[in-house]
Amino acid sequence: MISSQPTAQTRPGTVVEFTGVVKEYAGMRALDGFDLTLHAGEFVALLGPSGSGKTTALRVLAGLESTDAGTITIDGVDVSALSTSKRDMGMVFQSYSLFPHLSAGENVEFGLRMRKIKPAERRRRAQDSLAMVGLNDHFDRFAHQLSGGQQQRVALARALVTEPRVLLLDEPLSALDAKVRVQLREEIRRIQTDLGITTLFVTHDQDEALAVADRVAVMRAGNVEQVGTPEELYSRPATPFIADFVGLSNRINGTVRNSHVDVYGTSLPLIDPSAPDGPVRVSIRPEDIEFAPEGLAATVVASHFLGSLRRTMVRLGDGSLVSVQHGVRVHPITGETVFLTFSGVPVSTEPASVAGGVPKLA
Amino acid sequence: MKSGLRLSSKLRGRAAAFGLLPFAVYVLLFLAVPTLIAIGTGFFDKSGTLTLGTVAALGDPVVLTTFYNSFWLSALTAVVGAVVGAIVCYALLGARPDGALRTTIDSLSGVLAQFGGVMLAFAFVATIGIQGMVTLYLRDTFGLNIFENGVWLYSTPGLILPYIYFQVPLMIITFMPALQALKPQWAEANATLGGTTASYWLRIAFPVLAPSFIGSLLLLFANAFSSYATAAALVSQGSQIVPLQIRAALTSETILGRENLAGALALGMIVVMAIVMVAYSALQSRAARWQQ
Amino acid sequence: MSGGLTTGGVAHAPSRTVRTVILGLIGVIFAVPIVAMVEFTLRAGLVGGYNVDRWVALFQSGFTGVYRPVLIALGNSVALAVGTVTIVLLLLVPTMLLVHIRFPQLRRTLEFICILPITIPAIVLVVGLAPVYAIVARLLGSGVWTLAFAYGITVLPFAYRAIQSNLDGVDVKTLTEAARTLGAGWGSVLLRILVPNLRRGILAGAFIAVAVVLGEFTIASLLNRVNLQTALVVVSKVDPYTAVILSLLALAFAFVLLLLIGRLGAPRTRTPRRRTTVKGPA
Repeated sequence: MISSQPTAQTRPGTVVEFTGVVKEYAGMRALDGFDLTLHAGEFVALLGPSGSGKTTALRVLAGLESTDAGTITIDGVDVSALSTSKRDMGMVFQSYSLFPHLSAGENVEFGLRMRKIKPAERRRRAQDSLAMVGLNDHFDRFAHQLSGGQQQRVALARALVTEPRVLLLDEPLSALDAKVRVQLREEIRRIQTDLGITTLFVTHDQDEALAVADRVAVMRAGNVEQVGTPEELYSRPATPFIADFVGLSNRINGTVRNSHVDVYGTSLPLIDPSAPDGPVRVSIRPEDIEFAPEGLAATVVASHFLGSLRRTMVRLGDGSLVSVQHGVRVHPITGETVFLTFSGVPVSTEPASVAGGVPKLA
Repeated sequence: MKSGLRLSSKLRGRAAAFGLLPFAVYVLLFLAVPTLIAIGTGFFDKSGTLTLGTVAALGDPVVLTTFYNSFWLSALTAVVGAVVGAIVCYALLGARPDGALRTTIDSLSGVLAQFGGVMLAFAFVATIGIQGMVTLYLRDTFGLNIFENGVWLYSTPGLILPYIYFQVPLMIITFMPALQALKPQWAEANATLGGTTASYWLRIAFPVLAPSFIGSLLLLFANAFSSYATAAALVSQGSQIVPLQIRAALTSETILGRENLAGALALGMIVVMAIVMVAYSALQSRAARWQQ
Repeated sequence: MSGGLTTGGVAHAPSRTVRTVILGLIGVIFAVPIVAMVEFTLRAGLVGGYNVDRWVALFQSGFTGVYRPVLIALGNSVALAVGTVTIVLLLLVPTMLLVHIRFPQLRRTLEFICILPITIPAIVLVVGLAPVYAIVARLLGSGVWTLAFAYGITVLPFAYRAIQSNLDGVDVKTLTEAARTLGAGWGSVLLRILVPNLRRGILAGAFIAVAVVLGEFTIASLLNRVNLQTALVVVSKVDPYTAVILSLLALAFAFVLLLLIGRLGAPRTRTPRRRTTVKGPA
């Protein structure tokens, strides 16, 4: 029973497992051996640039697309042969999914109607569901009378009213204003925690993914590149792609020697100590570089005030540009000479021959 | 910015308004005035005095019959055209909008719906006229004489087939956009909520399409009601439908002993058309709201 | 088997078989009258059998003799088409632009006016056009070309829709403002910026106007003028076979015209042009 009050988990969550899923479109692999496990009651974000296959993974789970290879199991049962209507999943689409000729309440009732629930109970449950998303007095409004945020909330209520095993969200916030986006993502998270429903959330916005998910899976070219908690992804990115995609990252020159990397005279630990010796491109976050009375010399190029912090671009001796993040009390002037030290946080690297040219700020 | 004589914005506004004048005059002269004359002459009699007598002639049994004929002919061909046209639109759903099939059908429909007129009359004479291909085929192969009970092609029943011939293409042109506006998300949401293909069509697609369908139906009705060329080419004598009655009223001095009957008939036609078009635009705005 | 709900972005589209059956059936039925027309023109008279004699006769005669009136009528229709397109270009387009840029509050009114001819069909309009044309005849003579004024009105709904959908797609306001801030006068804005971007809609409107004018019968016939369609009716009474041949040709021409409009409207696929290799600084 769905109520608007936070309750303990109402029933044991569902475990979803993708194993080696392959999906091809016209010779191109949207999913290339995709593996992922969603634990019971977990909120997993699928993060990645467009074309990475994240929406395809979600749609394959929903049954809206078929697979060419691999299995998808829900609580251990293979569902590939099951049609969408029978998979018992709630889905929220990016936009336009409310039926325009039905009121908000009737939209929410739809899934219950399909399950042949009686009108009186249907209405009651729909009202409860709308109350859960804060729209109980919008029962009779139609989609064109609702704002984008309200429409998505109705879509959420509609998806959850049938108490599905899994909740699927396909970039539900992308079409909304920034402020509404932040509000709504927190609400989605709160509801999900209350209900304890296993959730898969697709997005290309890394702020969003980091803010709400239990675990984040970063996708690239049909594969999961790394999966872990938001903190893990941020502080220990497995590859420079992850370091770039999640948070900001500088790329500077360095040389790997004995499981450490030498960066302009400073030796830093590696996230992956097995990296072979040789010249590399190093990813370092702006907040892991500091101004100090002495250290690596650099010239200030520009400084940007961002409210709660400052980011200053400096040019090193070899011409590379680096971004330093620091508090607002320090105000570097263009042309000034400054000195940099590194905070010693482990860094990720990639062999220098991969990219050419002057290292740039990612 | 170019420097030059800068007129005050009020003056510039008035100057710009002058730009609208040519079009306004043109529309006035060739749309507003003729329409007013057409409707207005119905209120005058031969000597130019204001009277309701001519309009009252619309109540004459002969005139009423022509309106009745126009009505059922338009309604019948509109319904058949709408249903068949909708089926064709459905069949075209999966085809690429810029593919060869769609563009060919779109152009073909455009030609038949709007520009056929006289030429369609010839086409049907060649098909089911007295010496028509199908007539001869039926006679020679099945011994079936379709004109056994008189030649019906050259009167109102004979207009049914030619009218359907341009109603179906018009339906395709008008209704296809509505079908295309069906969002795939609705079908997917229906599926994830446990619905079937049947529930999609019955509970979602048909209700959403209903305003557009009825609107298109009304448009087809108006189209048939006001159509003249095909009827004029097929029916050289007689005035069984309103446009032909207008022809008769225009080409001979008096009909039913009354002048200016053409004006009264025009008034009657406009009233019918206005009602239909108001209903049509109301349905269109409803459909547009849902298609956002 | 799950998946396959949507084909090409459309949900629950019929399968290829269903589509072929429906379109095939209806297509055949609709082809019958056209085929009958062709069959009709190929008949070899009392002798029975078929030949292309009538077609040959028509083209060989070079439109002299009994066909000469048709040629004149065709010329009339062409002149009318040109006249109507001129009216559309010189009157409608500038007005639409003016309203779009300068008087947006009048847009609904303009739309209403331009769609009005659908509610006021030609057969009704012509009742009131007779007195108007009596005056026109006194001022400008009773040549056929004066019909273009009336045709401009009947063409309004089609031309308006074609141009307006182009207008809606192009952000005229922003382009105009950008051009103005770069120093362009109104003439340049109109000719260099707006018209090139509205080419598609204007051309589509012009083509539709041509097709409508060529197919127009009502006004010409009831105002006692000669155009292609009225000539066809006259010819049909004398020589039905020729009338049908000419009808087929006219229909084919209109079809090609509309096909071209369709190609105009289709988004141009960007074929990457082969650049002459000049490698400059990145």
